[in-house]
Amino acid sequence: MKRKLELSELIFKIISYTLLIVFALCCLYPFVYAISASISGRAAVEYGSVVLFPKDIQFDAFARMFNDNMFWNAYSNTLFLTLYGTIWAMFVAILGAYALSKRRLLFRTFFNFFLVFTMWFSAGIVPQYLNYLATKDVFNAMGITDDKWLVVIAMGMQAMNIILLRNAFEGVPSEIEEAAIVDGASEFQVLTQVYIPMSKSTIATVALFFAISRWNGYFWARQMISNSNEHPLQVFIRLRLEQYTDPETMAGWNETFASNSVIYALIVCSIVPILIIYPFIQKYFAKGVNVGGVKE
Amino acid sequence: MKAKAADFLDYDQESGIYLENPEQAVRDDVEKHYWRHVGRTIVKDWRLYLMLVPMLLVFLFWRYFPMYELLGCFKVSDNVLPVSQQLFSGFSYFKRLLFAGDGLSTDFWRALRNTFLLSFYGLCFGFPMPIILALFFNEVRSNITRSVVQVLTYLPKFMSTVVMTSLVTMLVKQGSLTTGMGIVSRFLAGAGLISQEVAQAGLLNNPAFFRSIYQISGIWESAGYDSIVFFAAIIAISPTSYEAAQIDGADKMAQMKYVVLPSILSTIVIMLITRIGSLLNIGYEKVLLLYNPNTYVTADVVSTFAYRNGMGTGAGNGIAAAAEMMNNVIGMLLVIGANTIARKASNTSLY
Repeated sequence: MKRKLELSELIFKIISYTLLIVFALCCLYPFVYAISASISGRAAVEYGSVVLFPKDIQFDAFARMFNDNMFWNAYSNTLFLTLYGTIWAMFVAILGAYALSKRRLLFRTFFNFFLVFTMWFSAGIVPQYLNYLATKDVFNAMGITDDKWLVVIAMGMQAMNIILLRNAFEGVPSEIEEAAIVDGASEFQVLTQVYIPMSKSTIATVALFFAISRWNGYFWARQMISNSNEHPLQVFIRLRLEQYTDPETMAGWNETFASNSVIYALIVCSIVPILIIYPFIQKYFAKGVNVGGVKE
Repeated sequence: MKAKAADFLDYDQESGIYLENPEQAVRDDVEKHYWRHVGRTIVKDWRLYLMLVPMLLVFLFWRYFPMYELLGCFKVSDNVLPVSQQLFSGFSYFKRLLFAGDGLSTDFWRALRNTFLLSFYGLCFGFPMPIILALFFNEVRSNITRSVVQVLTYLPKFMSTVVMTSLVTMLVKQGSLTTGMGIVSRFLAGAGLISQEVAQAGLLNNPAFFRSIYQISGIWESAGYDSIVFFAAIIAISPTSYEAAQIDGADKMAQMKYVVLPSILSTIVIMLITRIGSLLNIGYEKVLLLYNPNTYVTADVVSTFAYRNGMGTGAGNGIAAAAEMMNNVIGMLLVIGANTIARKASNTSLY
C-alpha cells in the first residue's frame, strides 16, 4: 500500500537528501581536486584557477614520480611489510585465538586478561621506542640486520583483532568439532579443517584490518628503519611533503609544472591501488564494525 | 585438608549403605594436588598450549616489556643505563612536571589540557555526526543511490593518516596568490571568512585553526565509516513499529523520538562509552603530522610532548615516561570506569 507522504516526512526527506549529497561531495572533492591538480599546468595550479577540472593538462609530474627509483623502492617495501606483516600477525592471532576460545584451557581468564590489559593500558611512545631499540640490538646480534623484519615481527599486533577471532571461534558449534575428533582429527586438523573454514569471513575481516594497519604504518617505520632505501611508501610521502612544502627548498623551482603537482601525483599514486581493490574488500570492511568486540 | 573416607562415599538412605562417588573423589584429588593436575593437563593437551606461546611471547616482548621501561619514570634517567641499573628517584619527575612551575611544567599542563580538549571536542562534534548520517541514510529508499552515497562517504577512511594529513596540508598550505596557496585557504579568503594575511601564512601555522582542522578532517575521514554501525541498528527496526506510530498519528519528529531513538539507544550508549574510554588515547600520529612549533599552543598533546622530550633532545626519558605514565593511568581509569558504568546500566560490557 502506497501512502501519501506527510508534510513533516517530506521536509525531512528533502533535508536528508540535500545534506547527504553535500557531505558525499565534500568527501569526494579533495580526491577529485588532487587528481586535477596533479595533471594541470604550473600557472593553473599556482594561480588557483584549477577548481574542479584540470587545465593545461601535463603528465610531467607523474613522469617525475615514476622516474624516481626511491618511489618504486618505497612501494615494494610497503608491499613487503604488508604481506609478511599480515602473514605473521595472522599466524600468531589465529593460533592464540583458537587456544583462547577453548573452555578447557587452564588459566583462561588470566590469558584473556593478559590480552585485554594491553587495550586498557599502553606504555606510551618513549618506553616503546626504548624497547624497540633493545629489540633491534637483539635482532642485530642474531644476524637480522634488515630493519624491515623488526617492523614485521615486533610491531602491529592488536589485542582487539585477536578478540574478534576468539569470539568467532567460540561461535563454532562444538558438535562439529566433536565429530571431527571422533573421525580421528588432531588438534591442528580441527583448527585448519573445521574452525578456519567455518569462520572465513571474520578471518578475512581481521586479515584486512592487519593489512590496512601495515599498509598505513608510518610512525614506527620512520623511527626504526634507518636506511632510507628501506622506507615504506608512507614515510616516503611524508619526507617528500616536508621537502616540497618548504618554501626555501622550493625557491629555485623552474619546471613546467608546479611543485604542488608532484605531491598531488604522489597522493594519487598511493590511493589508486586501494581504489582498485576497494570494491572487493568493502563488504568485509563494513562487516568488521558490526562484529565488534561487544560481549555479553 | 585431610580427606575422610566418608567424603568419597555417598550415603544411600534407602539401602542404608555407602555408595562410591567417583566424581567427588576426583575433585578432592584435584584440590589436593592442584599443580600436579595442572602439569598433567598441560602435558596431555600440549598442542593447545603450544599454540598459545607465540601470542604470549609477542605480547610479553613488545607490550609488557615497554611497561617495564615505563618504570624509568621512578628512576634517575641518564638515557644510557638500562632501567634495572638506574637509581630510584621516587616521584621527583612527577613533582617536576606537575608543580615546578617552569617552562617544562607549563608545557606539560598545556599538553594535558590539549589532550583533553581535542578528545572532548571530538566527542561533542565528531560523535553525533555518524548518527545523523545514519538517520539520513535511512531516508534514502533507493538501495542503489544509498549504496553509492555510502561508499563515497567511507572512502576517506581508506586513506592512511599520512596521505590524509598530506592532503589536508596541501589544501590549506601557505603561499601567496602567485605561489600556490592551498585551495581551501583561497576559498575561505575569497569568501571573506579569513583575512588574506592569515591565508597566506597557512592555516596550519595558525594556532587558532588547529582544533577546527583536526576535528573537521576527523569528521571527513571517519563519519561515514562510523555511521555503518548506527545504520545497521536503524534498519533492524521493524517496519511495523513505524506503521503503528503512524496510525497513532505520529509525525516524523515523533517517530524519531519514540521509535528510532529508543531502538538505537543501546548502540549509541556502547559507542559513547568506547569513546569516553579512549578520551585520553588521542591519535598522536595525526597530531604529529599536522602540528609544528607555531601551533604547539593548541596542538601539543601528552604523547607528542613525551616524544619531543624523550626521543629528541629534550628533558630526558625519565620526564617523558612520567608524562606518559600520568596520561595512561588516567586513560585506564576512564576505560574501566566507563566499562563499569556500562555494565551496571545496560548489562553490556565491552571487555
